[in-house]
Amino acid sequence: MNVVNLFRIAWKALLRNKLRAFLTMLGIIIGVASVITMVAIGQGSKQSIRDQLSGMGSNMINIRPSSNVTVGGGARLGASSLQTLKVEDVDAIKEKVNFITAVSPGLQASGQAINGALNWPTTIQGVSPDYLPIIREWKIKEGLNFTEEDVKTMAKVCVIGQTIAENIFPGGQNPIGQTIRFGKIPLKVIGVLAEKGENTFGQDQDDIIIAPYTTVQKRILAVPYVQTIYASAVNEQSSDTATQEITVVLRKQHKLKASDEDDFTIRTQAELISTISSTSELLTVLLAAIAGISLVVGGIGIMNIMYVSVTERTKEIGLRMSIGARGIDILLQFLVEAILISITGGIIGVALGIASAELVHALLQWPILVSESSIILSFMVCAVTGVFFGYYPAQKASKLDPIEALRYE
Amino acid sequence: MANAILDIQHLKREFKMGSEIVRALKGVTFDVQPGEFITIMGSSGSGKTTLLNILGCLDQPTDGDYLLDGVNVKNLSRNELARLRNRKIGFVFQSYNLLARTSALENVELPLLYNSTISSHERKEKAIKALEAVKLADRMDHLPNQLSGGQQQRVAIARALVNEPVMILADEATGNLDTRTSYEIMSLIQDLNTQQGKTIVFVTHEPDIAAFSSRTVTLKDGRVVKDSKNENVKSAKEALESLPVNDDY
Repeated sequence: MNVVNLFRIAWKALLRNKLRAFLTMLGIIIGVASVITMVAIGQGSKQSIRDQLSGMGSNMINIRPSSNVTVGGGARLGASSLQTLKVEDVDAIKEKVNFITAVSPGLQASGQAINGALNWPTTIQGVSPDYLPIIREWKIKEGLNFTEEDVKTMAKVCVIGQTIAENIFPGGQNPIGQTIRFGKIPLKVIGVLAEKGENTFGQDQDDIIIAPYTTVQKRILAVPYVQTIYASAVNEQSSDTATQEITVVLRKQHKLKASDEDDFTIRTQAELISTISSTSELLTVLLAAIAGISLVVGGIGIMNIMYVSVTERTKEIGLRMSIGARGIDILLQFLVEAILISITGGIIGVALGIASAELVHALLQWPILVSESSIILSFMVCAVTGVFFGYYPAQKASKLDPIEALRYE
Repeated sequence: MANAILDIQHLKREFKMGSEIVRALKGVTFDVQPGEFITIMGSSGSGKTTLLNILGCLDQPTDGDYLLDGVNVKNLSRNELARLRNRKIGFVFQSYNLLARTSALENVELPLLYNSTISSHERKEKAIKALEAVKLADRMDHLPNQLSGGQQQRVAIARALVNEPVMILADEATGNLDTRTSYEIMSLIQDLNTQQGKTIVFVTHEPDIAAFSSRTVTLKDGRVVKDSKNENVKSAKEALESLPVNDDY
């Protein structure tokens, strides 16, 4: 018997019992739909956390001094008071490390941003021109970024965040070209940053002034060191390699002996992302497991109905055998029926799952992500369920004795 | 005889019922020539059902030989038996055994679905031809529950004809029908026998049905007790005409 006939026979048999076929399918439909929806919600929340973290620059590498140096009496000093990182370190990293696209010194100072009668307490961040576009992937909404030339000349220019702009330039004034003061230093606003919102920890990322690092280092803080070094790895995967290279370079720069501890700490954004997303990964797995159980229950439903169906159709099986159906023909017929139920249920389930995930998104504004892998996986589980749970009833049917089957009432 | 359709030699069939051995057939010998219309008679317990199962390749003898169209059935596997049933035998049952909620045409097509050498186009053509042979071509889209008992049995006969078998094997095919309809069915079977030369083996316990066949084999206690040619075959058509017009309707 050819395959087309096989499917035709099975399909006709299902159509003869539409309601029952549908109810059997329902188990699979609900199973698949819940897998898709649950995984979409889980993946959606994971993705949204990831996006937020990536908003801080997903390839960002953060280097800070660390307290290996004990000063007098063995007391360790806090990182902020350490002065081990220098602009020369930045240059060395730029020169020798391969897996980074940009590197920038970082110096922070707190103070009041003042425009005429208005003022706002904020932080100024001194960095190189690569910091905004490459390391933070932060766009400038209006105006321009500062240049290497500005760094060299310690130019009194700055780029301000949205929060600053709203607070000291209220009522839609254009801040570009205006001069504000940070503490005592006048700075000309040459750009306004695009809005970034809060970060994962609830800090307002727009409450910031960005200026050339030389300006902050020399004019505001008047210090010889840098507080932080920011670097950007080529991609997330190369973060680790870049970290190792930076360690080697910095140890050499700082003339550390092999027995000395590092006098700096390197943190990568990739680490942070993997820590946080592993939590939501667990959530996804849990949701998928619950949904998977309902798929198995659906499969048992198929098995149940197929058994009933074999018993009920004993006479039909006897007839088919008497007119020339072999055991394998009967086996395949029932198996194909089970597979048709599960696959049709799978298709409807996938559609329903996507629809309900979208519904959740529309009603609750939860982030969702319908992944292809969850569709393919649940579909395959479906087909396997059909074969697995359909096989035993089908085998039972194929082993019937045609004489007894024909006489069955 | 070499060209016999059925050649049965010393056929024995034993069943084990617990510790007892029941011997349903105790050595049956006869043959059937092409174009014969033979009835197998016997009371219940005579072994006729067992013989029918063996003739229909649903069961195999314990001992003795059964050659169907030259093929010895004794040593065939389940699958080979299925193939033999598909190609050489047309079954007609007492209870019709049509698939419910399936049109007459699809019911008739059924045996051909298990024959992969036949295309779907051919299948439909043959099924329509078979339905025409039983004069039901105009009802081919009807479901079994939309047909009378006699019509359902005619669909079943069409199903038995569709694979062009060497033998039609009928098991009490008129058992569920009233006299008039029985005669109609017998008339159809007689036509198939005389006009199309189909070999027919008809199992029954009703002597008046046996009168329509050309030969009767009578079984008793697992043995053939009588094997006689019927000298004056009754015509089912004439019997039908002789029935009172408003019989029992």
